[in-house]
Amino acid sequence: MKKLWDSYRYLFFRRVTQVGLLVLYFGANAWGWTIIQGNLSSSLILGVIPMSDPYAALQMLVAGAMLATDLLIGVGVAMAFYFFIGGRAFCSWVCPINMVTDFASFVREKIGMNQLTGVKQPASRKLRYWVLALSLVVSAIMGVTAFEFISPISMVHRGIVFGIGFGWAAVLIIFLFDLFFLKNGWCGHVCPLGGFYSIVGKFSLIRVNHLEENCTLCMKCKVVCPENQVLHMIGKKSLPVVSGECTNCARCIEVCDDDALRFSITSMARNKKTGE
Amino acid sequence: MKKQALTDRRKFILNMARGLGLATMGGFIWSAYIDEATASELLLRPPAAINEDDFLKTCIKCGLCVEACPYDTLMLAKPGDNKPLGTPFFIPRDMPCYMCPDIPCVPVCPTGALDESSVTTDGELDIGIADMGLAVVDEESCIAFWGIQCDACYRACPILGEAITIEYQKNDRTGKHAFMKPIVHADACTGCGMCERACVTEKPAIYILPREVAQGKAGDYYIKGWDKEDEKRLKNAKEIKTTTKISEKTAMDSLNSSLEDLY
Repeated sequence: MKKLWDSYRYLFFRRVTQVGLLVLYFGANAWGWTIIQGNLSSSLILGVIPMSDPYAALQMLVAGAMLATDLLIGVGVAMAFYFFIGGRAFCSWVCPINMVTDFASFVREKIGMNQLTGVKQPASRKLRYWVLALSLVVSAIMGVTAFEFISPISMVHRGIVFGIGFGWAAVLIIFLFDLFFLKNGWCGHVCPLGGFYSIVGKFSLIRVNHLEENCTLCMKCKVVCPENQVLHMIGKKSLPVVSGECTNCARCIEVCDDDALRFSITSMARNKKTGE
Repeated sequence: MKKQALTDRRKFILNMARGLGLATMGGFIWSAYIDEATASELLLRPPAAINEDDFLKTCIKCGLCVEACPYDTLMLAKPGDNKPLGTPFFIPRDMPCYMCPDIPCVPVCPTGALDESSVTTDGELDIGIADMGLAVVDEESCIAFWGIQCDACYRACPILGEAITIEYQKNDRTGKHAFMKPIVHADACTGCGMCERACVTEKPAIYILPREVAQGKAGDYYIKGWDKEDEKRLKNAKEIKTTTKISEKTAMDSLNSSLEDLY
């Protein structure tokens, strides 16, 4: 039981956070709760603190919209959290699509799709930055927030809070895409919001740190990691994960049986490294 | 010819070309979808919504207005609704706007897509100047225009006697009854849709359309000559001179020519 807890504790907390937020948002619309109102595009916490999606605001800006004060404050709150503390934590701790893609990844591994498709992936992880750039170009030309009109994230989240319509189809498309076309396809390759937070969260304080002396090279961490390019130092060097593409999902930490991966604060990790 | 390995230079150029090419392709598909997805113009927005083009840029689709509405009037467009995705709208026949005096849906908007100043008079919220649309009467299906007595829309109107008035007219068919026709006044109507909700016909004979859809425009060439205010619009009018081939010749030439000139 202890073992089970140790190897799934972060996953458990992530699911509690993700589902808990959905319940709170849902309750706000259905029963008038005021803990967190709105949806992931823009929320009001405890009826006072605004929090807005900075990527949506960026699209609004290039589309030529006037950015209102409340929105800018909300963007500031979200940016401050992810820039200084969370890194790309939105993706693995908040986003509802994460549960879909994690499930696709799980099934993919179980049924052996990974052996069928092999290691060679038909798309680059850089694709998301292209999509990000393109979304801004399209926003500017069309004068609307381009990604917000196709985003399966907001479609699903809005759907759960306000009624889903055909939004379930977006879930299915992403599930099938990740399962049969591209491993970690949506979250790890395509999603421009993930790309956006990869850039924003580049310098955040919370980092996964690798202790090479404890590593037994079992490579469980690399198998479980949805962005395993960020774990390039495993078994080679004691370094923190510095890539912004790490979502701080902590799966690597909990699957490691040898205590070779831990959460740390960036500066402390560096000190330890030079200290040794 | 033997195939040679690509040089680094060529690889770089090809990769750039590929990236740009795919981005262009994707960009056009994306833009085409957005053009279609935002094309719906028969859409009624919450009170104080800014004009549709700006609204589509500015609305962040958070649903705070929907949550603030005490009547479940407002909805966010779902996939399958064929409306710009995630934006708030209402269908008056299902649930009209009840014109709350405190307009809870407007001040909560974080982006200014619902503009509080457009429903404020002398520093106080004033739902009476909201403009969500305009009621339009289909005289063919309105039973009051048939001569049957019905004033459901008139009674339902929250701006009773201003936005809709009843016009009395003699009914020549019977010779002894009156028509009591509902007449909508565009300057007072807010487009709340209470009339559409109240209309007794199977499909409402009075319904709300977005104002720019419902109304025509006379332009600057037609002026109410008896109205001094209206005459001021004349200064916007610009002269338009049309020159046809025929008018270049004298009248005599035209009269003496065969009919060919006319075509």
